[in-house]
Amino acid sequence: MSTLSVDTRPSSTGPASTGRNGAASAPNVAGAVETTTASHLHPKPSYDLADHAEPKGREEVWRFTPLKRLRRLFRAEATGAELTWNSQVPAPVTITKISTEQARALGGAAPADRVAALAVAHSGGAVHVDVPAGVELGEPVVLDLTGASVDEVVHAHVVFTVGANARATIAVKHNGSATYAAHTNVIVGDGAELNFVSIADWADDAVHAGQTSFSVGRDASVRTVTVSLGGDLVRLAETADYTGPGGSLEQFGLYFADAGQHLEHRLFVDHNQPRTTSNVDYRGALQGEGAHAVWIGDVLIRKVAEGIETYESNKNLLLTDGARADSVPNLEIETGEIAGAGHASTTGRFDDEQLFYLRSRGIDEAEARRLVVHGFFADIIRRIGVPMVEERLYEAVESELAQHVGTPGVTR
Amino acid sequence: MATLKINDLHVSVITEDGDKEILKGVDLTVDSGQVHAIMGPNGSGKSTLAYSIAGHPKYKITSGTVTLDGEDLLSMSVDERARAGLFLAMQYPVEVPGVSVANFLRTAKTAIDGESPKLRTWVKDVNTAMEKVNLDAAFAQRSVNEGFSGGEKKRHEIVQLELLNPRFAILDETDSGLDIDALRIVSEGVNRFSAQGDRDAEGGPVGTKGVLLITHYTRILRYIKPDQVHVFVNGRIAEQGGPELADRLEAEGYDRYLSADKEAAAAQAASV
Repeated sequence: MSTLSVDTRPSSTGPASTGRNGAASAPNVAGAVETTTASHLHPKPSYDLADHAEPKGREEVWRFTPLKRLRRLFRAEATGAELTWNSQVPAPVTITKISTEQARALGGAAPADRVAALAVAHSGGAVHVDVPAGVELGEPVVLDLTGASVDEVVHAHVVFTVGANARATIAVKHNGSATYAAHTNVIVGDGAELNFVSIADWADDAVHAGQTSFSVGRDASVRTVTVSLGGDLVRLAETADYTGPGGSLEQFGLYFADAGQHLEHRLFVDHNQPRTTSNVDYRGALQGEGAHAVWIGDVLIRKVAEGIETYESNKNLLLTDGARADSVPNLEIETGEIAGAGHASTTGRFDDEQLFYLRSRGIDEAEARRLVVHGFFADIIRRIGVPMVEERLYEAVESELAQHVGTPGVTR
Repeated sequence: MATLKINDLHVSVITEDGDKEILKGVDLTVDSGQVHAIMGPNGSGKSTLAYSIAGHPKYKITSGTVTLDGEDLLSMSVDERARAGLFLAMQYPVEVPGVSVANFLRTAKTAIDGESPKLRTWVKDVNTAMEKVNLDAAFAQRSVNEGFSGGEKKRHEIVQLELLNPRFAILDETDSGLDIDALRIVSEGVNRFSAQGDRDAEGGPVGTKGVLLITHYTRILRYIKPDQVHVFVNGRIAEQGGPELADRLEAEGYDRYLSADKEAAAAQAASV
């Protein structure tokens, strides 16, 4: 079993686009020590601030980010400020405050950048959400996090643990105004099934940066849905690795960047266990001057990870002029003994043929565009499996579309 | 009675290397109640005629007129033409991922009628239309044309023809890529459409639907009887006649027209 298909269609569209075309294959790092991140694209994660220099802007992992708009997030002092948590937690799930040391002892990935490291250092302890082993939740865990002001930086460290063979859906919603740095660990036990939804539905002035790391247990199934709608700047590093063979990970993303908005999703799946699978599908629509989306999809297939299968896809739909999408998939492969590995990236405008087909059936231009965008996202939304969230997202897409697409002629 | 009237139509296709003239003066009148077949070799401009009447942005009308009951189609947008009663069944129906057939059909029906269809009768109408072309009811939940087989795409076009029930239908190589069963099913759908009619003052039948059937092969004409056949060569109608013309094409092919066209072009070049 050694088929290796690498479908490389990275793209980057927009003025002065600098998207580096990906698909780096780096067999030379095979000799690296297996217990650390062998990827040349990813520095060693660490809780120690000294390991994370302040970014200057030219670093590979920071070069797409407008650092000025990150405000003070990689320099900030502890403020003690918090978001307001409004939680719906079905029994026997618990939410407790624990110390940073206790949180670290639970496992999960260390911070991979300075913002995440500061989030832990200044959090004053972590929030621990625990789904005990073996339980099957009938209701989702819903955490509504609301910020009141952008003035004080909020640092947060959140750890989710889902016990072995548990089944749960967790939805985290972010609202309001905030300058927010978060380090989130989601630790999924052997054989567990988790549906994890995170929605950034911030007010226009919010800044949200940080890291969310998933560790997938033996034969566990994890599906994540990351939605970015609001905020001035959202920059999320989403990393994943496996704590045993046979784990399956699906990651879906949906974003809608409006004028002046910067939405950045940096994914890194570390196939560090054999027979694991990952499937990543992120889709974004962009509209308005200065709307900017960045998607980085890195996959590392370690030497030990025989029989794995991975596919990464990112699609961007540019609804107007003046928007820009950078999309960079990368594969680092240290073993050819895999079931499959591929990625795809497309960035484009409305497909004239689709619009013609719909309009030739009497559907006017604005409605045809709405249908196409609706369909583009419906492919993701219908896989979420949380009706309440699905409904909310369809509404959100409709209201975003009303801004430009709903007005005939504007997007010509 | 409705009339589709094409008068001295010149059309260019917009390419990266500039515009290229495809239609070089087409005159054609189709009255409702009639089926006209347009036949011709590949590259003769048959599909260009279909797409330029429907308003595809790739084609530029350089001169001529197209009217439907006296209304100027060329001044209308693509969707206005459809709402005016024109329907184009496409050779390569386009995939629209994430948009279900059910949603698409309802949106189109609402657009054409100017109001949403009555929910109770609509669901029944959709199911009936799909049954008629042997499509399963579950088909309505699939994304438009995504992953459809060639035959399913064409049958889906016929479902739309049935439900939207336009005044004029242009069928662009609807027969291509169909096996014999699908060809029969699709042809029956077209015949049901074109058989619709009214009564005149004396109580005689009057057809209310017009069909322009574009095809490369005569095969489909065994199922759909044309009133007139037009042979398209190099962007013009080279010959027209009754159904017997199709039989002659079946026997002789298009070579005769192609060599005649070349001779004419050479003669024209010599006289310049």
